[in-house]
Amino acid sequence: MALRGLGRRISIGKRCFSSASEVEKPPRDGKPINLFSAINQALHIALETDPRAYVFGEDVGFGGVFRCTTGLTDRFGRNRVFNTPLCEQGIAGFAIGLAAMGNRAIAEIQFADYIYPAFDQIVNEAAKFRYRSGNQFNCGGLTIRSPYGAVGHGGHYHSQSPEAFFCHVPGLKVVIPRSPQQAKGLLLACIRDPNPVVFFEPKWLYRLAVEEVPEHDYMLPLSQAEVTRQGSDITLVGWGAQLSVLEHACDEAAKDGISCELIDLRTLIPWDKETVEASVRKTGRLLVSHEAPVTGGFGAEISASIAECCFLRHGLQLEAPVARICGLDTPFPLVYEPFYMPTKNKVLDAIKTTVNY
Amino acid sequence: MAVSRLASSTSTLCKLLLRPLSAPPFYRSFSAAAAGDDQTVLTIETSVPFTGHKIDPPSRSVEATPKELLSFFRDMAVMRRMEIAADSLYKSKLIRGFCHLYDGQEAVAVGMEAAITKRDSIITAYRDHCIFLGRGGNLVEAFSELMGRRTGCSKGKGGSMHFYKKEAGFYGGHGIVGAQVPLGCGLAFAQKYSKDETVTFALYGDGAANQGQLFEALNISALWDLPVILVCENNHCECCEDFGVESEGNDRRKEWLMEMKIGSGCGADQVDGMDVLAVKQACKFAKEHVLKNGPIILEMDTYRYHGHSMSDPGSTYRTRDEITGVRQERDPIERVRKLILTHEIASASELKDIEKEIRKKVDEAIAQAKESPMPDPSELFADVYVKGYGVEAFGADRKEVKGVLP
Repeated sequence: MALRGLGRRISIGKRCFSSASEVEKPPRDGKPINLFSAINQALHIALETDPRAYVFGEDVGFGGVFRCTTGLTDRFGRNRVFNTPLCEQGIAGFAIGLAAMGNRAIAEIQFADYIYPAFDQIVNEAAKFRYRSGNQFNCGGLTIRSPYGAVGHGGHYHSQSPEAFFCHVPGLKVVIPRSPQQAKGLLLACIRDPNPVVFFEPKWLYRLAVEEVPEHDYMLPLSQAEVTRQGSDITLVGWGAQLSVLEHACDEAAKDGISCELIDLRTLIPWDKETVEASVRKTGRLLVSHEAPVTGGFGAEISASIAECCFLRHGLQLEAPVARICGLDTPFPLVYEPFYMPTKNKVLDAIKTTVNY
Repeated sequence: MAVSRLASSTSTLCKLLLRPLSAPPFYRSFSAAAAGDDQTVLTIETSVPFTGHKIDPPSRSVEATPKELLSFFRDMAVMRRMEIAADSLYKSKLIRGFCHLYDGQEAVAVGMEAAITKRDSIITAYRDHCIFLGRGGNLVEAFSELMGRRTGCSKGKGGSMHFYKKEAGFYGGHGIVGAQVPLGCGLAFAQKYSKDETVTFALYGDGAANQGQLFEALNISALWDLPVILVCENNHCECCEDFGVESEGNDRRKEWLMEMKIGSGCGADQVDGMDVLAVKQACKFAKEHVLKNGPIILEMDTYRYHGHSMSDPGSTYRTRDEITGVRQERDPIERVRKLILTHEIASASELKDIEKEIRKKVDEAIAQAKESPMPDPSELFADVYVKGYGVEAFGADRKEVKGVLP
């Protein structure tokens, strides 16, 4: 967040570690492509611009189960883009070691549901490396990308949203894009960021979301939320695939004369508290929505922080309790997915209740 | 011994997979006309001898009755038919989510059942439909669970990857690769305490063989002499990869797989997983072995015809010729059919009738499962915790407690 003020010029050259960018909105030219193609483009650029960048994970060699790594092996060779055995703990540990030697390790965990064997490595090794070595060592070159979230029929182990577990770890960054254009810029920023980053990609959007994405190399700033829709009655905060659900809810609410402001958090930690705070001061109401279960989800952190700072001050205050429309407190169900999900109608109900509080 | 040397000297994986029955099964039959004759015991040789590591492998001659052979044929045919029916149900979107099919590997499920009792436990990964049937599950329960209906074995809440059957000691049905192996060792630990001479078979795939938790579990089991049999169903494909094709160290890796597994000092046995009699013999041997000596690893050399799951065509990492080759040379059902015909236990048309009857049964089960209702919406909250513990559910505005659900 401090970097925002600096506005320094970045050189998108080889090996530079920086994610500060003065270009907030890249020019809207470019071909319409979907999310996995945008990620693919970002990976191509990352490997092109840094000869010591590596992409690896389960089944990435042939293009990956979601086609995100197509063409990389052919272009950059088996020494830079390779398959790993089926062991997430091994992948994470190996990636941390590679990054500790100054390389850019872009590891893929095939589904976020499988990230838990790697949890120890990420939380205990990656997040704390710089801290415990007094800045002698670091694994800043580490980026772990993983498809997360509901996909309509994924069931217990292909639909989870584990972002909250990682948000609880100082030393890590957690970034979630909402669309192809955002994904490419954010992923390049994550790869070049000098801190270990976990990048969750909403798998539902891999084919579904199509947007015009510029073909050149561009980055979007981390720790900067984006106000995607201006409004005055209530602030809605979300990330990833949930943004489109919130958009639809905003459109419906507008028919009832409720003007909603929509914020895409983009980086979950360290999160852009200032933007959300400024918005809530304007509207006086907040609603947070995410797919992960409501108890202990990241929405809880946002609610508590905003309640702390915006409860009552200088006449501008919270007019209603913070609403959280999230997944239910059950394991991600199989046939009950439509009941579990924070759907547009649930959000709409909450918007109306909060506005009429 | 001969097998492993053969394995290391061949250069392509294809040759390894297509180890045909070079001669008709060598047998000494005690009676020529044996159909339905329970007293007859046939001694049949397995297709290849067992390769043991740190153990004396069991004998190659397996005893089987004609009734048993017929039951093998029937059970495997039911499993095959079920998997193929599941394939078309998935394509017509009646089954949603993920569906991992077992056809080709039936011999492992059936052979294992023949060697053990329902008091022994089996735990496996997500390719569990046929193991469920082998444990006594019925077709209606299976198809209902696949379609997410109330009458499914897990009440429709588990789906394809989570079949369970408590009464038969079938502990499921697990989605996370390799996670079931430490669980299986835990089951064996409990069995050791109960002193009831039962064992646990923990099944996993060659992909899971890379998981750290497997080695940890094996280590503990070896230290504590747990009666657990780790069965690696090696179908030579790790999800959508065939390491044999990708990397140069294919043969080296095969030997490593074995050696890594037995690094903890426990014995291991390599078995032709497409030969139901070999599987039965190996499992029988393994059960006796672990009750005295602690864990053992069985590596079943098997093959799956379908891809990893319904979203994998199964042909990007192996050729169609390879698949048809294995189907011709090593198909487990065909092998048993040949045995039955050679020993004149039943005629070819009788076997065809059995298959027709099975087809009809499967279709009836599907029809019945289709009629079955979806689970009640309140089931969404049931069984998160033990009954009566309560999960509070709020209305959309999170202020009003709508109800405390079971």
